[in-house]
Amino acid sequence: MTPAQKPARQTIRLNDTAYETTLTKKYAQRKPYQPKDPSRLTAIIPGLILEPIAQPGDQVRRGQDLLILEAMKMQNHITAHDDVMVKAVHVAPGETVTKGQLLMEFEPGPDAL
Amino acid sequence: MSLKKKMKDHATKHAEATEPHPAAAAKQAAQGKLQARERITAILDQDSFHEYDLFVEHKCYDFGMEKKQLPGDGVITGTGTILGHPVAIFAQDFTVAGGSLGLAHARKITKIMDHAIKLGIPLIGINDSGGARIQEGVNSLAGYGEIFYRNTLASGVIPQLSIILGPCAGGAVYSPALTDFVFVVDKISKMFITGPEVIKTVLGEEISMEDLGGARVQAEMTGNAHFYAESEAECFEQVKRLVTYIPWNNRKKADTFSVIPSRSEVDLEHIIPAESNKPYDVRDVIRAVCDGSDFMEVQALWAANIVVGFARMDGRTVGMVANQPAVLAGVLDVDSSDKAARFIRFCDAFNIPLVTFVDLPGYLPGIDQEHAGVIRHGAKLLYAYSEATVPKITVILRKAYGGGYIAMCSRHLGADFVFAWPCAEIAVMGPEGAANIIFKGEIAAAADPEAFRREKVKEYTEKFASPYVAAANGHVDAVIAPHQTRDFLLHALEISAEKQELRPDRKHGVPPF
Repeated sequence: MTPAQKPARQTIRLNDTAYETTLTKKYAQRKPYQPKDPSRLTAIIPGLILEPIAQPGDQVRRGQDLLILEAMKMQNHITAHDDVMVKAVHVAPGETVTKGQLLMEFEPGPDAL
Repeated sequence: MSLKKKMKDHATKHAEATEPHPAAAAKQAAQGKLQARERITAILDQDSFHEYDLFVEHKCYDFGMEKKQLPGDGVITGTGTILGHPVAIFAQDFTVAGGSLGLAHARKITKIMDHAIKLGIPLIGINDSGGARIQEGVNSLAGYGEIFYRNTLASGVIPQLSIILGPCAGGAVYSPALTDFVFVVDKISKMFITGPEVIKTVLGEEISMEDLGGARVQAEMTGNAHFYAESEAECFEQVKRLVTYIPWNNRKKADTFSVIPSRSEVDLEHIIPAESNKPYDVRDVIRAVCDGSDFMEVQALWAANIVVGFARMDGRTVGMVANQPAVLAGVLDVDSSDKAARFIRFCDAFNIPLVTFVDLPGYLPGIDQEHAGVIRHGAKLLYAYSEATVPKITVILRKAYGGGYIAMCSRHLGADFVFAWPCAEIAVMGPEGAANIIFKGEIAAAADPEAFRREKVKEYTEKFASPYVAAANGHVDAVIAPHQTRDFLLHALEISAEKQELRPDRKHGVPPF
């Protein structure tokens, strides 16, 4: 069906004007923005947890290894983005994780307190 | 050997090399696919195909390849004509070693490409291949590289068309991606860099070939394909039709056809709804002004908020670019900027004048757009219009707001002629938004804010939502009644047929891609 044949019931708002139009599939399916939560570490890529280095209660410095995630035949060292305290570790060595899966949770490190 | 025997031998050799393997042929037919040779004859004029390199053989002596004789090494190459236009053509043959690409196969393709570039004739590639011939190792990769190199050398010199009629995976997809137009057929075409199997193994995500890189996906989501067809036969008609709109090479103009008046019954005076927030199909405007109302849309399914394609005016090819209010209000965004910029560059490279119809509220706001690089992609459109030296004619139909006004081939980007309909609104933004910003304080302080706001919107509308401020400044050359559009366009195109615009010498520009 061509765009013109579709009923033009949808609207799009620009500069305080609501325009009657049709929406593309891509536009309708776009994902809402989610701000990054610095207290959660999620898997950037699906893979295998080789060794969690950090343990709950550990104080880690920015750039220090948290765990090793093997993916695409590469051992990825996942490091701390900031000085933080590890609050919880949700994975164990040998566990396969999917993309976006929660791996660890943090609390602000002592320097930030 | 007697002469008679030599002739007979040749006939046998020829038959062996060209006759399809029955089992493989049946498999191909079961998928709705024609044989490689049938495809070539279906596209070309009857008896016009002349084949070369039929007896080329591979020189691979590893992994049992020394015992394998592959007819034509899995690809058919030659020249012929389409409706009298000369073309060079190659077709990969899936029934011969899965159409896999080895060095001899690639060298046949690069040879016909070299011919096409030297002779100045369009190149048509039919892709149906399982990918690199693994037994040939790096030599097969070398083959791909040599094809990509020539695709690039040929770009802007001869038109290059790619027809995807089977799998086209891995590095192989980059040859079509470098060409000007990609044709896909439902359920037959498959394009991807890494297939479903690899994705499953590496990422654990499951997806079918069709959903990953089928014809529909390439035509609607990625914009990799320019033309989508339901069957091979429909696809070949699209190829033939396109060839009539484009020139043989960049030194020539496209063929001139006899002049046919527009067949459209659309009343241009009433096509635009009175309210500027109501939609209409801008393609009706294009059909109303072009010869025979015959418009060949390019990338119709992708980024439909902008319409691009070929039509004829006075028998000569014109590239049409138009905002589409019927989709996403006709906004510019990442995809529509990309789509229009590429089309404009094709037209400029091949001496095809550009006609632009403007009706857009501006750029699409959104976090996703900003993060997807709407600045960088939007800049491509400014670049493509500014760079183009072919005749550029712009018709502002209704809204031309803000950055969108500038981007859509305004006078400031080098339009030769800018016309505007009386209902045009050329302003920094729509009256509602403008009044809300200019009179923010006064609206808040007013006894009746809504009534005050209405009044200011009205004031702004009367003052700026017209073509006359732009016309008073010479940014618009003429305000024309809609029914005069075809006449003004025909005249403008006629007098700019010999347009020459010289630019400073340079190796090449650096567009934001």
